Amino acid sequence: MQTVGTYKGVDYYAIDDMLTDEEKSIRDTVRDFVSEEVIPIIEEYNQEMHFPMQLVPKMAELGIFGPTLPVEYGGMGINNIAYGLIMQELERGDSGVRSFASVQSGLVMYPIYEFGSEDQRKKYLPKLAKGEMIGCFGLTEPDFGSNPGGMITKAEKVDGGYVLNGAKMWITNGTIADVAIVWAKLDGKVKGFLVDKGTKGYTAPETKGKLSLRASVTSELVFSDCFIPDENLMPNTSGLKSPLMCLTQARYGIAWGVIGLAMECYNTALNYSLSRIQFGKPIAGFQITQEKLAYMVTEITKAQLLCYQLAKLKDSGKMRPQQVSMAKRNNCEIAKNIAGMAREMLGANGILDEYPIMRHQNNIESVKTYEGTHEMHTLILGQDVTGLSAFE
Amino acid sequence: MKIIVCVSLVPDSTTKVKISDSKKSIDENGVSYILNPYDELAVEEALKLKEKNGGDVTAISFGTDKSKEAIKKAFQMGADKGVLIKSGSPDFDSYTVSKNLADFIKPLNPDIVLFGKQSIDFDGLLVPSMVSELLGIPCISVVVKLDITDGKVTAEREVEGGKEIVESTLPIVIGAQKGINDPRYPNLKSIMAAKSKPIEEIAATYSGNKTEITEMNLPPAKASGKIFVNGKDDVSELVRLLREEAKVI
Repeated sequence: MQTVGTYKGVDYYAIDDMLTDEEKSIRDTVRDFVSEEVIPIIEEYNQEMHFPMQLVPKMAELGIFGPTLPVEYGGMGINNIAYGLIMQELERGDSGVRSFASVQSGLVMYPIYEFGSEDQRKKYLPKLAKGEMIGCFGLTEPDFGSNPGGMITKAEKVDGGYVLNGAKMWITNGTIADVAIVWAKLDGKVKGFLVDKGTKGYTAPETKGKLSLRASVTSELVFSDCFIPDENLMPNTSGLKSPLMCLTQARYGIAWGVIGLAMECYNTALNYSLSRIQFGKPIAGFQITQEKLAYMVTEITKAQLLCYQLAKLKDSGKMRPQQVSMAKRNNCEIAKNIAGMAREMLGANGILDEYPIMRHQNNIESVKTYEGTHEMHTLILGQDVTGLSAFE
Repeated sequence: MKIIVCVSLVPDSTTKVKISDSKKSIDENGVSYILNPYDELAVEEALKLKEKNGGDVTAISFGTDKSKEAIKKAFQMGADKGVLIKSGSPDFDSYTVSKNLADFIKPLNPDIVLFGKQSIDFDGLLVPSMVSELLGIPCISVVVKLDITDGKVTAEREVEGGKEIVESTLPIVIGAQKGINDPRYPNLKSIMAAKSKPIEEIAATYSGNKTEITEMNLPPAKASGKIFVNGKDDVSELVRLLREEAKVI
């Protein structure tokens, strides 16, 4: 039987009252899935540096790949609050598992739906939704991270298609992907290509030695005179703006996701501090502990409210990318602080894999950096409110 | 196959129960409700039977408006139809529940009526067998394995210290026990589909109650343990207390 009810999340401001029954049901079903299928196994996969591949068909059965897309393409037509709550619950389990779903939905299915031809949509989207295909997204390069416009991966027009040369780095799901969305310059203009696994001249070696996101596959994508047929060029892109639109989707998911990470760290620290006795009383009774708990619950609540309104803006078509930057920047920052405080509150126990804290603390280092570093989001906000760019 | 599954809404198993001022019910403030976990097994078994044999699954609940939540959860898992038999009062006993369910179910002539073996709030364990009696069909409860082939029912049920294999025929009432299956997570598709499924509401046919709750009390607070500190000198006292006070040896 399901262990419904054992984990309640954090809801200090009765945010549940603002959610519809359907949004709550979607959150709760993913919450149960994470409690039963992810949390019991994830420490081991993290230690072994493996992605738990067996979760893919289960997540597909739940319907969480590309769920905001229309039903005819394998989506569920859900709104962005429900989508955000899915990300929150997945990341409560592990940032690597959430990353898998974020990439599949926001960085692969979204661009194929948005920029692909009807044939491309029909060929890829239903299989990606069913988890029969895995996708990845190649934009970042070894020498071009925050400045993707400088990319050197190139496409050249040849008879019947294009030839790709170059390399992409820090690509989630790269090695296990059946299709890669690859951004490259064609005559100086950024274009998006669908590169199928096994294409000659395309390899995707896994990045070794990670101390963060260990239960997630990170890879390099290498293109060496790699021929891509004409029909694998996405026809409806418009320069660098297109991959940046994808990043907005992914950042939106991260802003929600890290709330789940923060909730798990807060709940762990709260429960621990209530049961850990020092000097004859629970450490939760000491002022220094309470200050940390007060910070945590306040920042989690603020992060929830940021995301809730962001979702409303997204659903009404009014959301601006800079508003996503604000939520991604803020929520990653507070999640990192909360993970760090939780680790301190658990004392030496905080470093053990018996508790999820250290894994989350290591993961948030990646999450704060990827999809736009904290610093870049700061400069995006700075540019937005002053009209003056500090980086271009 | 005409499949009926009866569902009830119960307080979340993590709820800290408080007794209301009347001492005849619980204080519902701050209590969250869930589909009875044993009924979740019954819904899953109903869906599996439908997947194997075709037909449809109707989820029925007897209770107040709140009980619609139990039917909605059954919809989210995949039930096709939902019926609420609406009680005029929130106070009803197992007989009232059974009588109303049986009155409604009888003319439908279902092949199978599934229940959780008990609901985790009042723990009466009465409703499946009462309904079967009122319907005049057999009942097998505390079932951990169910097979239905060509109208022949083979059920494995838990008995003290072992298992029992029981055979019968359709139509039948089954009470599901933990282990019978692993209930599915409602997926996004069925959650979205559940929105458009209407719950039919019908009036109760019986409200008499044959029993009455006169008083509810919380269990006494757990007494603190006894610690023996004198090593072997305490052994005879420990044995005496285990025998005379704890009565475990």
